[in-house]
Amino acid sequence: MSNHLLSLLIWLPMAGAIPVLIAGARGSTSRWIALSVAVATFIASVFLLVAYRTDGPLMQLVESYPWIASLHVNYALGVDGISVALILLTTFVGVLVIVGAWDVIKDNKPHQYMAAMLVLEGLLVGVFCATDALLFYVFFEAMLIPMFILIGIWGGPRRVYATLKFFIYTFLGSIFMLIGLIYLYQKAGTFDMATLAALPLTMKEQTWLFFAFLIAFAIKIPMVPVHTWLPDAHVEAPTGGSVVLAAVMLKVGGYGFLRFSLPIVPDASAHYAWLVIVLSLIPIVYIGYVALVQEDMKKLVAYSSIAHMGFVTLGMFIVFMLVRDLHNFDAANLAMQGAVVQMMSHGFVSGAMFSCIGVMYDRLHTRRIADYGGMVNVMPWFAFFMVFFAMANVGLPGTSGFVGEFMVILASFSANPWIALVAAFTLIIGAGYTLWLIKRVIWGDVTSDKVAAMKDINGREAFVLGAFALAVLVIGVWPQPLVHLMGGSIDHLVHQLAISKT
Amino acid sequence: MLSWNDILILLPELYLVAAVCVLLLMDAFIRPEQRNATHWLAIAITVITAFLVVMGQPAGSGAVAFGGMFIRDTVSEILNLFTLITVILVFVYARPYLRDRKIWFGEFYVLTLFAALGVMLLVSAGNLIMIYLGLELLTLSSYALVAFHRDSRLASESAIKYFVLGALASGSLLYGMSMVYGATGTLDLMQLHAGALQTGMPNLLRFGLIFMIVGIAFKLGAAPFHMWLPDVYQGAPTASVTFVASASKLAAFGMAYRLLSAFGPGDLLHQWQLMLAVLAVLSLVIGNLVAIVQSNLKRMLAYSTIAHMGYLLLGLVNATPSGYAAALFYAISYALMSTVAFGVILAMSRAGFECEEIDDFKGLNERSRWMAFLMMLAMFSLAGVPPLFGFFAKLLVLKAAIDAGMLWLAIVAIVAAIVGLYYYLRVVKVMYFDKPNEGVELRPQADAPLRWVLSLNALALLGLGLYWGPLISWCQQAFAG
Repeated sequence: MSNHLLSLLIWLPMAGAIPVLIAGARGSTSRWIALSVAVATFIASVFLLVAYRTDGPLMQLVESYPWIASLHVNYALGVDGISVALILLTTFVGVLVIVGAWDVIKDNKPHQYMAAMLVLEGLLVGVFCATDALLFYVFFEAMLIPMFILIGIWGGPRRVYATLKFFIYTFLGSIFMLIGLIYLYQKAGTFDMATLAALPLTMKEQTWLFFAFLIAFAIKIPMVPVHTWLPDAHVEAPTGGSVVLAAVMLKVGGYGFLRFSLPIVPDASAHYAWLVIVLSLIPIVYIGYVALVQEDMKKLVAYSSIAHMGFVTLGMFIVFMLVRDLHNFDAANLAMQGAVVQMMSHGFVSGAMFSCIGVMYDRLHTRRIADYGGMVNVMPWFAFFMVFFAMANVGLPGTSGFVGEFMVILASFSANPWIALVAAFTLIIGAGYTLWLIKRVIWGDVTSDKVAAMKDINGREAFVLGAFALAVLVIGVWPQPLVHLMGGSIDHLVHQLAISKT
Repeated sequence: MLSWNDILILLPELYLVAAVCVLLLMDAFIRPEQRNATHWLAIAITVITAFLVVMGQPAGSGAVAFGGMFIRDTVSEILNLFTLITVILVFVYARPYLRDRKIWFGEFYVLTLFAALGVMLLVSAGNLIMIYLGLELLTLSSYALVAFHRDSRLASESAIKYFVLGALASGSLLYGMSMVYGATGTLDLMQLHAGALQTGMPNLLRFGLIFMIVGIAFKLGAAPFHMWLPDVYQGAPTASVTFVASASKLAAFGMAYRLLSAFGPGDLLHQWQLMLAVLAVLSLVIGNLVAIVQSNLKRMLAYSTIAHMGYLLLGLVNATPSGYAAALFYAISYALMSTVAFGVILAMSRAGFECEEIDDFKGLNERSRWMAFLMMLAMFSLAGVPPLFGFFAKLLVLKAAIDAGMLWLAIVAIVAAIVGLYYYLRVVKVMYFDKPNEGVELRPQADAPLRWVLSLNALALLGLGLYWGPLISWCQQAFAG
């Protein structure tokens, strides 16, 4: 069983979507099936955590079967510490979005919604454990289909515009990567990612490939200036869609950098690290200001996501300055760990923020900040969670938001104090927009009769928010297990980056 | 001259001719309400022919019959098999449609099978004359199929257009062939290469080649020779379009392969490579851009065909075995995808309702979940989104273009794919995100074979996307020899 664990994690949710669809829209059968599939997947992923040995080989639980024998394409899976962490994030969020949507989409084809969520979950797990580039690409692209449907059917008023924009934008990015992958295949005769990472490439080739990868992953993460699909998609998506999008799908972009840009084209990445660092600092500051003026809560959180993901790319590319110019491997490790911890943390925090907004939206059917106010008086439990997640979003010590950002800022300080200074601005701006949001929505007097009539969260909602809160708190207080899980893989990657391929 | 061996090699074709003649005779003597007999007999004939094609294949490739007129190799086997499969699909999908429109005549089956015979002869041709004969048998039957709904003015108009332009293209092809014959002194495809190398009239040969490529481009429906295609797709009965869109594209690929590979490597290669590249770019750009503004689904699919032929040409540009294999793979994938798309249109049409406007599909997900799902598979496959079949076909032709050193062409192709994505997504959007029109009844035909076969056909797009290894090895093996 343990040597097919990864396949199980991919195919269990996808196969589970079939009985969910068959169960139909009536009654709650389809939802119960979906929930049990998601829970089973989560339990299986806990087994994965147990089976993964941090002192073992780089890639573990490897599966490899010839897929297209004549082209030497394999169905090849394997995980390292980073993948394990991200798979756990995916399956964890997978359970919570199904619980979160339980009553919300009851009257609008709930079985199709649940099925789309399960398929999406399976594909996301696939992305995180594929070790063959073509297989990775297939998962990477295929997840657009369920997301397209999720936003398009269950989204807000401008959902069609948002979902088309989302699909075409991301497709545009990834298809350039496809050309890059075909080129690499031509040189190496295989899509195996480890072989590609060891393939010598000239600087010119690396440069072209670097930009092909950059377009794909920068759109996915997203980075300025190709971030414009995200606010639209987030605002129009149903709550569960937003949660998966923010918590997991954006991480796919960061993960892509880790698996493609950094190891396959390290020299071009080093050469253009300044570009990525600038493009990461711009959102950290500029997008923070943009978030400040938003009137729509979801848009505000969407922009704050872009700012937080800036830390991920900053951490990843500052590594090049540290290992190539300064030969400071400790700081480089710290930066990379910070980037990955930030991915995990942002997964929980943004997922939680979108869930909070979902709770409010379900009651009042508006996302405008101005429509709320004084909610602490009517929904004290909800206010407790919302304020807690806001603190995590700000990066308060003791929450997960602090750990990643602090590590990245600390490492950047070794590289260049000015970069650290600019990055640290986020602590001020982030506090600005988040706390101001809290002030307007949670504190103060009850502003309208509608708000006064709101009921506090029920047990189901408390479960979702509580689970998120627990994760945020655990990583914030005790990040050591997570860092330890990924430590070996990150150390290997960082040392790999120090070696030139030309 | 006529040896027993020749007859054995030609057995599937001979059987088909004889069986179709019997079918024609039999149909003349049955009453209209017994038409089902014709229907099932036609399907049985097709199945037996397909069986003969597979079983009759001699070991090794390249059995030659009738003094080089006819070649039976793996390429022709694959193309024949998939042509016959699409013919069966067409028969199954077409029955309710034809019955509702009161044009359910035996001639539909006879003409389609004759057209299939034309395809079989064409893709197995070893001689320029044979190519021409096969092509004419195919196209003359297709003209009649397009005009099959004789009371429909639109169908007659499109048939006339098809006929006039098709005759022009045949003329161009024949003219080109005569020039090639003049320059090389041979009509035999096997000797064409040697003849081309020692010709004293290279210009004549070049002109001949250009005329032949025009003919091929017309049959493929590649821009700028695509003018007939949108009108035919829109005007002709959907049942006939399904055949024209699928089987005749396989034939066009077969013809292009036979003609172009005959010239082999050498000086001419670069010249026609460039011509094909230009055709590919024009088809990709025109097809995808014009498809965006269409409101009629059949017409949109026509422009999408033009674009798809552009992708197919990417495989032909690189005249290597792997390039041809990619193009063949593409032709097969296109045939299977277009039969699904047209099959859903056929399934949703009723008497007096063609269901061919994109708006007719509004809210299909609420009325018929399964049909909407099948159509969605077809659309994502046509758009080239993994893990569906269409993506891998695109992957291989892109690889072929990059192998040929034409990176720019591959980049044009992917930019075109992004443009194309929009109009395929629009169909999905209409089906899934829009509310159904009030008072419009959207229910698929209750024809059990249609539903089952269509489902199988559409799920094959997913299945072949997940596991396409054997098919591509078969295609590669066909050109390896």
